[in-house]
Amino acid sequence: MKALTLSALLLASPALAGGERVITLGGSVTEIAVALGAQDRLVARDTTSNFPPEIEALPDVGYIRALSAEGVLSLDPDLIVAEGDAGPQQAVDVLKETGVPFVLVPEDPTPQGIADKITAVAAALDMPEAGAALAAQVQEGLAAAEARAAAVTDRKRVLFILSLQGGRIMAGGEGTEAEGIIRLAGGENAATGFQGYKQIADEAVLTAAPDLILMMAREGDLSIADADILAHPALAETPAARNGALVRMDGMLLLGFGPRTPEAARALYDALYGQAGG
Amino acid sequence: MVALSPVAHGLARPDPRRVTLLLALGTLLLALLSLGTGAAGLGPTELLSALTGEGLDRRAQVILWDIRLPRLALGLMVGAALAVSGALMQGLFRNPLADPGIVGVGAGAGLGAVLAIVLGGLLPAGVAAFVGAHLVPLAAFLGGWVATLLLYRVATRGGRTSVATMLLAGIALGALAGALTGILVYLADDRQLRDLTFWGMGSLAGASWPRIGASLPLILPVLVLSPLLARGLNALALGEAQAAHMGIAVERVKRFAILGVAAAAGAAVAVAGGIGFVGIVVPHLLRLLGGPDHRHILPQAALLGGGLLVGADMIARSLVAPAELPIGIVTACLGAPVFLWILLRRKGGMGL
Repeated sequence: MKALTLSALLLASPALAGGERVITLGGSVTEIAVALGAQDRLVARDTTSNFPPEIEALPDVGYIRALSAEGVLSLDPDLIVAEGDAGPQQAVDVLKETGVPFVLVPEDPTPQGIADKITAVAAALDMPEAGAALAAQVQEGLAAAEARAAAVTDRKRVLFILSLQGGRIMAGGEGTEAEGIIRLAGGENAATGFQGYKQIADEAVLTAAPDLILMMAREGDLSIADADILAHPALAETPAARNGALVRMDGMLLLGFGPRTPEAARALYDALYGQAGG
Repeated sequence: MVALSPVAHGLARPDPRRVTLLLALGTLLLALLSLGTGAAGLGPTELLSALTGEGLDRRAQVILWDIRLPRLALGLMVGAALAVSGALMQGLFRNPLADPGIVGVGAGAGLGAVLAIVLGGLLPAGVAAFVGAHLVPLAAFLGGWVATLLLYRVATRGGRTSVATMLLAGIALGALAGALTGILVYLADDRQLRDLTFWGMGSLAGASWPRIGASLPLILPVLVLSPLLARGLNALALGEAQAAHMGIAVERVKRFAILGVAAAAGAAVAVAGGIGFVGIVVPHLLRLLGGPDHRHILPQAALLGGGLLVGADMIARSLVAPAELPIGIVTACLGAPVFLWILLRRKGGMGL
């Protein structure tokens, strides 16, 4: 009902219209658009947009950094909302050339950055009230998470493992989204001394001595089974493996820094310190 | 493919001029087909009305003039440049395995591109703003050019270029470039890694008129002038000493061939990324088809290479629309089995 009145408004003022055939590029932008209630206006998405699962029914215009200008245009969009790193530049230039409004949303994985992103997407979709409400709700959730995290006295050490292919551990180091969410949940990143997601040595894992091992929940071969961890010579000796403190979470939920980040922080906090601790 | 049947049936070779004509017609047909194909569903009839200058909205005009035409032009240029470079290198090195990469263009350009992708963010803001989105192609071209000059320098003593030294030095340089690339890959973050992977598989999606304008002066002269080297390359097939006795300025032929390849293949790799297969296989197909005479192979390689890449791009654009496949995947998936099939067929025919 609300969408109907909104579309009537938009049709009346095409110059200000927030778009009736919207393409969102970038997982977080799509997620925000859906959380704002604009799902019915989306006509396509990119490969990184896979939440909520229903969104995968929409046509996929490819990976956000390797877009095809004609493919995007073939869906006849009247608004494109994209994460800041959409590309290649030539395709973006051509899309702008057609006169279809092209909104780039700034990228910043901090609590304020999430709120800004929600506000920017809402502005592009011409839904400022819904945007303000969602931003406030998310900010509140993040403030609660930060307060919870600040109250933790004995910080537990968390090791984020991106992959464990062939026994090689790819861990999330400093400045990663994984570190961001670990901090927000009141934990401490056990993998320090390097930037980004890197392979780390077995001995470094023993020194890091994580209390909890965090992984992404994936399908098929990419998933890391408990047996893999317990069979790994270094990982098996960590407090986390001995206590069975292995946590898997959906990758986009965990690392997406979007509207669901408070939820992820809450879940990780609960896994670390127990429900009662909240 | 129709033109291939005489080879299969007997040892008689088709008239080279007829082959050239057929290739030209085929490429033209593919080019027109490619203009009328695309995810946006803009068919040939609409395009005809666009060319007569009426009845197209802004979206359709952008699709025609800013997307399909530049892609077609770039596809023809890049395909022709790679194929002609491959023919020149196979002729010069008298080695059927030679391709443009043999003079270090591939390794050097790859290293340049990886450097730009991973460390591009460290450039001072002023330089970054000036170079903009052209940083990767620029770095790739410079990398390819520097690698070739270096190899040429190493292999040249007292005005004589040793082709064998160049080949071996190329292997060493390739290994070094590979190691440096490895270090940069290690330093790269997730996004840069995906960019690297996509660059390595090639794409014509970056086609734009300015980019075509920048690479045309490097590619076109090589395409047009390469047949002048044909007589020299034909003579070189007998050996360097024999060619010199025949009155061929061997060193000059080498120099022009190497620098020509550095310019054309370097520019092609810079604008389209790593597109394998075209450079090595197109000359072989033509040799199987019409014999080893470079006077015919060089112009025919330009036609077949251009046509092949335009065809492959058409598939890359339509197969997973509205997304698109990297073109290197298409050229290899299509080309390699066809090439194998032709080799096997030819062997069987000759054995009988």
